[in-house]
Amino acid sequence: MHRTGALYGQFKTLEQQKDSATLGMWIFLVTEVMFFGGIMLAYAINRHTYFHAFAMGSNTLSLKLGFTNTLVLLASSFTMAMGVWCAQTSRKQLLSVFLLATIALGFVFFGIKYVEYAQKFHHHLVPGKSFDIGYCVHNPTACPDVTAEELQEEGKRLEEAELGDPNLQAHAQLYFSAYFGMTGLHALHMVIGAGLLLWLLKNSLAGQYDATWNNPVDIVGLYWHFVDIVWIYLFPLLYLIDLHK
Amino acid sequence: MPEKHYLNATYGIRSWLLTTDHKRIALLYLASVTFFFFIGGFFAMMIRLHLMTPNGYMLTPDQYNRMFTMHGVAMIFFFLIPSIPAVLGNFLIPLMIGAKDLAFPKINLLSWYIYVVGGVFTLWSMLNGGLDTGWTFYTPLSTVYSNSAVAPAVVGIFITGFSSILTGLNFLVTIHTMRAPGMTWFRLPLFVWAHYATSIVMILGTPVVAITLALAGMERLFGLGFFNPAMGGDPILFQHLFWFYSHPAVYIMILPSMGVISELIPTFARKKLFGYHFVAAASLAIAVIGFLVWTHHMFVTGQSTYAAIAFSFLTFLVAVPSAVKTFNWTATLFGGSISFDTPMLYAFGFLGLFLIGGLTGLFLGCLGTDINIHDTYFVVAHFHYIMVGGAVMGYLGGLHFWWPKITGRMYPEWLARIAAFTLFIGFNFTFFPQFLLGVMGMPRRYHVYPPEFQIYNVMSTAGASILAIGYLLPMIYLTWAAFYGEVAGENPWPATGLEWKTQSPPLTENFEVTPVVTWEAYDFHNRPDLGLDVPGGHGPRVVAPAHGDD
Repeated sequence: MHRTGALYGQFKTLEQQKDSATLGMWIFLVTEVMFFGGIMLAYAINRHTYFHAFAMGSNTLSLKLGFTNTLVLLASSFTMAMGVWCAQTSRKQLLSVFLLATIALGFVFFGIKYVEYAQKFHHHLVPGKSFDIGYCVHNPTACPDVTAEELQEEGKRLEEAELGDPNLQAHAQLYFSAYFGMTGLHALHMVIGAGLLLWLLKNSLAGQYDATWNNPVDIVGLYWHFVDIVWIYLFPLLYLIDLHK
Repeated sequence: MPEKHYLNATYGIRSWLLTTDHKRIALLYLASVTFFFFIGGFFAMMIRLHLMTPNGYMLTPDQYNRMFTMHGVAMIFFFLIPSIPAVLGNFLIPLMIGAKDLAFPKINLLSWYIYVVGGVFTLWSMLNGGLDTGWTFYTPLSTVYSNSAVAPAVVGIFITGFSSILTGLNFLVTIHTMRAPGMTWFRLPLFVWAHYATSIVMILGTPVVAITLALAGMERLFGLGFFNPAMGGDPILFQHLFWFYSHPAVYIMILPSMGVISELIPTFARKKLFGYHFVAAASLAIAVIGFLVWTHHMFVTGQSTYAAIAFSFLTFLVAVPSAVKTFNWTATLFGGSISFDTPMLYAFGFLGLFLIGGLTGLFLGCLGTDINIHDTYFVVAHFHYIMVGGAVMGYLGGLHFWWPKITGRMYPEWLARIAAFTLFIGFNFTFFPQFLLGVMGMPRRYHVYPPEFQIYNVMSTAGASILAIGYLLPMIYLTWAAFYGEVAGENPWPATGLEWKTQSPPLTENFEVTPVVTWEAYDFHNRPDLGLDVPGGHGPRVVAPAHGDD
């Protein structure tokens, strides 16, 4: 189909094109809800059945890093929303700034996530043959990044958890299946989102978006906010299971 | 033939592989689903030949397991699910609503490429070790124990799922935002309503099977444990998630076919469809209730009796809208001026076979009888009556009906009628004996059976060879007709839809001028433009036959 300016040939008006694209993105987000819904169901059932193992797994995560990442993502949602506003009000240069800020915050998130993942690998917390939920407690020298105090606390909790669930090793792997499955899928969505933002940035630097046509910014914004919301669910589901202790 | 149309607008392989024209993409899909249909058909023939003798001489048990698994995978994921939506739906929805194209032509092309990539992964699995888990991929067989190439097949089906999601998304948006002036919701052809309902199932169900297969795949490759009992995971959870999509998937296969039948019957009965609003609403009802019946595949897994009772009740409930449609189609025939052109023969075939398939479904939804016939050939016969007798009959009827629109040329009528009869007879010969086998207790998926069942198996195999001829014939003469058939003209039947208000084959942009719709669907009485001998307004009920002097 031929394209005249921003208008593709299959549409009659920009308004129709905007309605179609926006509706399309909302429908896509519905499919995303169903997609994450499947793994969240698996999480919910297993957490209910093996609460001790899930609480123990949750204890090994770093609340500090998780909370920082939550703030980073919330900030990126704010810069994204500002970007949408800039596009709607034809603030072209500011739009590029905010898009760049959103991308930068996305990469900060990846950096922190990388630190967390690396820790899990070093601490033998990846499901598989060498998985050991008590690895750091039993090999304190192999986990120099965990303080003695923290290890003592973790050891105490491990004892409790082992009392509560005699098959803790197996069931803790289910927690980490959920952890890697859910955060991995979320990170994959972030990578796609970062790609979309780079594309927006390219177009925005070329001055394509203004008050008459800014729908791509709008719908990528929808996607980015959705990915943030997924994290807003993942953070309590994975990090805060046993916080009341 | 018109001088300029979508087929000769541009030439060369690039003009096809990079096209964003929904009509060309439909033809790309037609070629690829036909390819998978014959692959799946080959596996089916291997199964039937093997079962000619009770002792299992022809294939080893391992080979036999691979044959029925790959038959199911090829037919369900790569033929039945995309067949009507991605071929006929893709071609017709923009034409029927008076649009130039789907809302997202590039995403439409992307969906075909995704389908092809998924297909390549699955073919790779079939050629490198095959697949022996059954098309249902039940865990932990598929995740821990199977020695076949499960991983590439799971990856392939996961990928192909996104082609289905994108098609559904595109249809939903197109139907919402791209309708021509005057094309109100209740003037839409029922084919479009059926695809609307199908698209809802596609976008809500497919992501669930995607995540389920992703989890199963990661379990096989990386040792995740949700479905692995050794780690405390639950294989039944896999079944729940799998059937949450795979039961509604049955409606992805049958709803579009129902949409085709809703077009064929008014056209060849020369009558407005009886109870238009009810048929449209029944499509939506099937889509919604269809999501609430999945555990009827799991009545013998030891689930709670109360859950089973509820799901049994809901299974009976989902039969109601299907029955509403069947009654409405039959009521449309009453007092109509019926002609027996090939598409109508397929519609009649659909009515009879879908009726049998639907009613035997109730035996399986009923708790007591299900335990008796669960996993027997009764189940196999039942779902083939729905999927072949229903979905494929509708697909072929639709292909014949719209072939003059797609290619601009008519197929050979008498040969086509003979093929339709061959198909009908071959189909019943193949699958009716399987109902009897099932009631007598022959389990499905077994590679040997007691000798007293042999006569029915021989009948079934003989029927399958007739059926194969019934499939080959249309493939040959439709291809021939695309090049050498009689020129069809704009509206050969004539039928009432907007797609018949443009030249055949249509222009790339479908209509020279965007049409304005001033009539209701299937309203033969107020359509002087069709050239029928019908007085306008409230004329006599019966008008001239559709075609020829039948």
